[in-house]
Amino acid sequence: MSLRRMLSVVVKELRQLRRDRLTFAMIIGIPTMQLILFGFAINLDVRHLQGAVLDEANTARSRELVAELGASQVIEFHRRLATPQELDDLLREGAISAALVIPADFETRLERRDHPPLQVVVDGSDQVVQSAARQLAAYPIERLRNPLATSVNNVEIVNFYNPERRAPVNTVPGLVGVILTMTMVMFTAMALVRERERGNMEMLIATPVSPWELTVGKVLPFVGIGLVQVTVVLFLGTLIFSVPIRGHLVDVYVAALAFIVASLALGVFLSTLAKSQFQAMQLAFFTFLPQILLSGFMFPYAGMPKLAQWISEVLPMTHFIRLIRGIMLRGASLGDLWHELAALGVFSALMLSIAVARVSKRLD
Amino acid sequence: MSADTASNGNAIVARGLTRRFGTLVAVDHVDLTVARAQVYGFLGPNGSGKSTTIRMLCGLLMPSEGEISVLGHSIPAEAEALKRRIGYMTQKFSLYEDLTVQENLEFLAAVHDVPRAATRARIDELLERYWLGDRRKQLAGTMSGGQKQRLALAGAVLHKPELLFLDEPTSAVDPQSRREFWESLFELADAGTTILVSTHYMDEAERCHRLAILDTGRLVADGTPRELCEELPYAVRLIETPAPRRAQLALKHVAGVVSMAQIGAELRVLADKREADDGALDAALRAAGIDARVKEGRANLEDVFVAATRKPLTEAA
Ligand SMILES: Nc1ncnc2c1ncn2[C@@H]1O[C@H](COP(=O)(O)OP(=O)(O)OP(=O)(O)O)[C@@H](O)[C@H]1O
Ligand SMILES: [Mg+2]
Repeated sequence: MSLRRMLSVVVKELRQLRRDRLTFAMIIGIPTMQLILFGFAINLDVRHLQGAVLDEANTARSRELVAELGASQVIEFHRRLATPQELDDLLREGAISAALVIPADFETRLERRDHPPLQVVVDGSDQVVQSAARQLAAYPIERLRNPLATSVNNVEIVNFYNPERRAPVNTVPGLVGVILTMTMVMFTAMALVRERERGNMEMLIATPVSPWELTVGKVLPFVGIGLVQVTVVLFLGTLIFSVPIRGHLVDVYVAALAFIVASLALGVFLSTLAKSQFQAMQLAFFTFLPQILLSGFMFPYAGMPKLAQWISEVLPMTHFIRLIRGIMLRGASLGDLWHELAALGVFSALMLSIAVARVSKRLD
Repeated sequence: MSADTASNGNAIVARGLTRRFGTLVAVDHVDLTVARAQVYGFLGPNGSGKSTTIRMLCGLLMPSEGEISVLGHSIPAEAEALKRRIGYMTQKFSLYEDLTVQENLEFLAAVHDVPRAATRARIDELLERYWLGDRRKQLAGTMSGGQKQRLALAGAVLHKPELLFLDEPTSAVDPQSRREFWESLFELADAGTTILVSTHYMDEAERCHRLAILDTGRLVADGTPRELCEELPYAVRLIETPAPRRAQLALKHVAGVVSMAQIGAELRVLADKREADDGALDAALRAAGIDARVKEGRANLEDVFVAATRKPLTEAA
């Protein structure tokens, strides 16, 4: 491999990129936009959610409680419901986001303390609502009723549509993975196909440039771009949303670098499969969905069926999500998570080798 | 026969070169010998297999059959070694449209391992020679067709290859620049470069040391332009008449007439020497009541081309 030839591909690629305004804008635009969109949705301090009350007990204490909870203004209990069916309907229609259900045996439950005395039913499909409900859950009702009570288990949250309650900070580290997957895989998937589609490939393969020089040279600029994107997300994440970085910053970058390389390798591989840039985009999108859905970013790994878990183990994003959450949120070190890093390494080596072997210096 | 031993003194030797795309035979058992320092022309109608042959000779396309030796390298096995020694100008512009003239050439210099110290001077020299000096900072994509071709040629000769493959290098170049373009090709040939060039222009074909004419993948004629003209098995008749269109209709069904073309007020007829002699043509014209004078003409390359690509001329090879 000639360093000069490879670097000349890098320089060429950077020059082309500089003139490609749209791609250039996307490099910074995508992470900023996504972060702000996701970030604000999860961090909003919610007030005035539309709520309803189903008070089957209808005692003095229950009415007092409703007034008490309503006073917090997080959820406004304007509607009084008569049946659980009504509650179901309103929730499904989206007319209300939460409902307070006070069972007929409310008084007994309060006394016996073996069941939660009341329920807040929330639209779990909405993150904002969930966090609001959590605020309610923390409300020390029993203490108000009975200063000696010790149980904290006052309000039970029944999550209708979301299997796992996640802390908002969980999203931002995962978002690093989403943004890198989206941009890295797509950009590189298109990179080699573009040479072919524009007819440059015929000229290139008639020169002494080797498949490794070409592939590595085309991919290397994107490593830098990926690191810039990571920096943007981390910077905005800590600045605007106070996302903690409990582990070492160096570890975060090493993990990100490993994931960037894995994504680029996947992109190059897709590039060798596609016949046109459009196909390359489709292929990139095809790999994007399972990475988002099965990596643990959206749904908890533990809740997936065995088959989905096996698939998710193959996806680089799964390992990155574990790495980045571990480092940023739990303060883990790379030493603790070395096997995740190794998984990314193996994935990259495999993909890149297959891809380079497929970069033929022939037209047929 | 080993392709290697046959290559002595020759830049290109190909035997039985064949390429199939599915059921289509794009190149059909072509034998080719190109001596060093020659300008060798490739002629043939659209789709006759010129580009496909060139791609196989460069090692970019696998031959379905046949043996190739280029500059002593057996192709496709030693294609990578060959690629350091050849320059290839593709038919379609294949440099980067979103790079400037200078940037394109810098890139090519680097991938061809042109010594760093020599790169700048070499690029300046080429820009000068191909009249691109004032275009240095222009994006290649915004240049005119002829300018692009001159840039592509500059890119192909940048690393001083021993062998140049030029696939229709002047299809968009104006006549004056074409002349100068060809002057520069002969300069290269004088310096020892072998050049294989495909073209649709007869004046360019005329200038080649040797020519091969391809038709539907088969080599139908090859030789020096003069040989090809002399060996043409047809006679050229020039018919002077005030009614050339009518004369053309009258001669259409005369046995032995191979082709006719109106050139100004004259009708140029290519005809079998025995079957359609002067007498037969005269008779046909008189029968149609056309006042005409039949003259003897000299065969040119266009006649050769038309005759060769009209139907296979195995005996002319
Ligand atoms: N990749 C391919 N797949 C299928 N058919 C092909 C392919 N490349 C070339 N052909 C066919 O092979 C034949 C020869 O094509 P080629 O490009 O060599 O012609 P050419 O002589 O260069 O023509 P032109 O003067 O138009 O450039 C054509 O019929 C073409 O359609
Ligand atoms: Mg062609």
